[in-house]
Amino acid sequence: MGLELYLDLLSQPCRAVYIFAKKNGIPFELRIVDLIKGQHLSDAFAQVNPLKKVPALKDGDFTLTESVAILLYLTRKYKVPDYWYPQDLQARARVDEYLAWQHTTLRRSCLRALWHKMMFPVFLGEPVSPQTLAATLAELDVTLQLLEDKFLQNKAFLTGPHISLADLVAITELMHPVGAGCQVFEGRPKLAIWRQRVEAAVGEDLFREAHEVILKAKDFPPADPTIKQKLMPWVLAMIRRLKATMRMMHTETLCRLITAFHFHFG
Amino acid sequence: MGLELYLDLLSQPSRAVYIFAKKNGIPFELRTVDVIKGQHRSKEFFQINSLQKVPVLKDGDFILTESSAILIYLSCKYQTADHWYPSDLQARARVHEYLGWHADCIRGTFGVPMWVQVLGPLIGVQVPEEKVERNRTAIDWALQWLENKFLGDRLFLAGQQMTLADLMALEELMQPVAVGYELFKGRPRLAAWRERVEAFLGAELCQEAHSFILSILEQAAKKTLPTPPPEVYPTMLLRIARIP
Repeated sequence: MGLELYLDLLSQPCRAVYIFAKKNGIPFELRIVDLIKGQHLSDAFAQVNPLKKVPALKDGDFTLTESVAILLYLTRKYKVPDYWYPQDLQARARVDEYLAWQHTTLRRSCLRALWHKMMFPVFLGEPVSPQTLAATLAELDVTLQLLEDKFLQNKAFLTGPHISLADLVAITELMHPVGAGCQVFEGRPKLAIWRQRVEAAVGEDLFREAHEVILKAKDFPPADPTIKQKLMPWVLAMIRRLKATMRMMHTETLCRLITAFHFHFG
Repeated sequence: MGLELYLDLLSQPSRAVYIFAKKNGIPFELRTVDVIKGQHRSKEFFQINSLQKVPVLKDGDFILTESSAILIYLSCKYQTADHWYPSDLQARARVHEYLGWHADCIRGTFGVPMWVQVLGPLIGVQVPEEKVERNRTAIDWALQWLENKFLGDRLFLAGQQMTLADLMALEELMQPVAVGYELFKGRPRLAAWRERVEAFLGAELCQEAHSFILSILEQAAKKTLPTPPPEVYPTMLLRIARIP
């Protein structure tokens, strides 16, 4: 059995792995793990990844999880063009830096935006308060600004003049809120131009193919009660991190009041 | 100007970078950025890192943030022993696999007890008990996976040899340990791993890197910790608010 990739194109990191493998002509068997059907929670899939997450890679007896690990493994094993993950020490460090940063920032913001704006109300039939949604979108806004100011700046791509793994991971993340109907690129011309460049470098057909699922996510029929019950514990584990966002917004106001108080009253 | 490392030994990723550089005899200028004093929010440090975080590496004109990126850079530039970041395809993949999971499940979670017991109280904030309990559960869950999936019956987290993964993990685990969490109680395999890692690094280096956090409760009780300036309050409050 050759290389197998366990993916659901609904998932941001899966899209990055899919595009990378296809773009570089890496032969693989696609194993779809349908998240909204709860297939990632099955015993069968637990044999592949006991952490019950996608993407997962299986190369003979070698099983690997975590999208960045998978991308780097494919990069090295299949000897892809240098620009994806340059040999040059400093150029490569820039890619490592982005891949580390995005994990706890853009990735989370984009995931929350999709769930708060769309998946909870439309797919799961769970209302989300306007304050929670507003806080999530505000956080996304802040993260997008960091993406532009710290990483993109005036460069063609995130880490230099050429596309790299950083751009692939970033663009697939940003398509999450796009799929939820957020105008991520509106009012952000630098980011919009960067997106066009990345799409062109990846190939528009491949980009479109990889994003078909997320762009149709708003049309998912509502989950039936059995599925909803099956998915809720998994979703609730995400909620715990998502709920914090709401408190954050109130706290910002609180912070301003506290700081003002302290300055006035010592 | 040679290599400069901007660090605060209060910070878990800073300690991982510090220990790695010291253990491998990498010459560097230590630039301490005292986070409790708010030095990471200064205009000067903003020029170094606009994200206002530690650790940061400065190598001539080249500035690099993110501890895992810094560790990888140092291991390659200074050609440290292969086991840290193995050249073998699958062995290296295991290091990245751990670091990916670590970013999701360890980072953030293991820092909470320090906020609850020391940093929050420093600015008069008490974290609700329900959040403390939730964090304890998250810590327990993560330790289970750490022990069963990553360590298993291996000597180290990504294989039979010490790697960057073990260093990153140890420093995160030391944070709650420093405020009295008995993470290794009832977890003999994990306890043995910790001893192995510390033995490899050397008692002296561990002592040096951990002495500040290991004395932090005492310092807090004696009120000898610095007072955070008001401009740091908003970010501290924000961090506390983010505790799920």
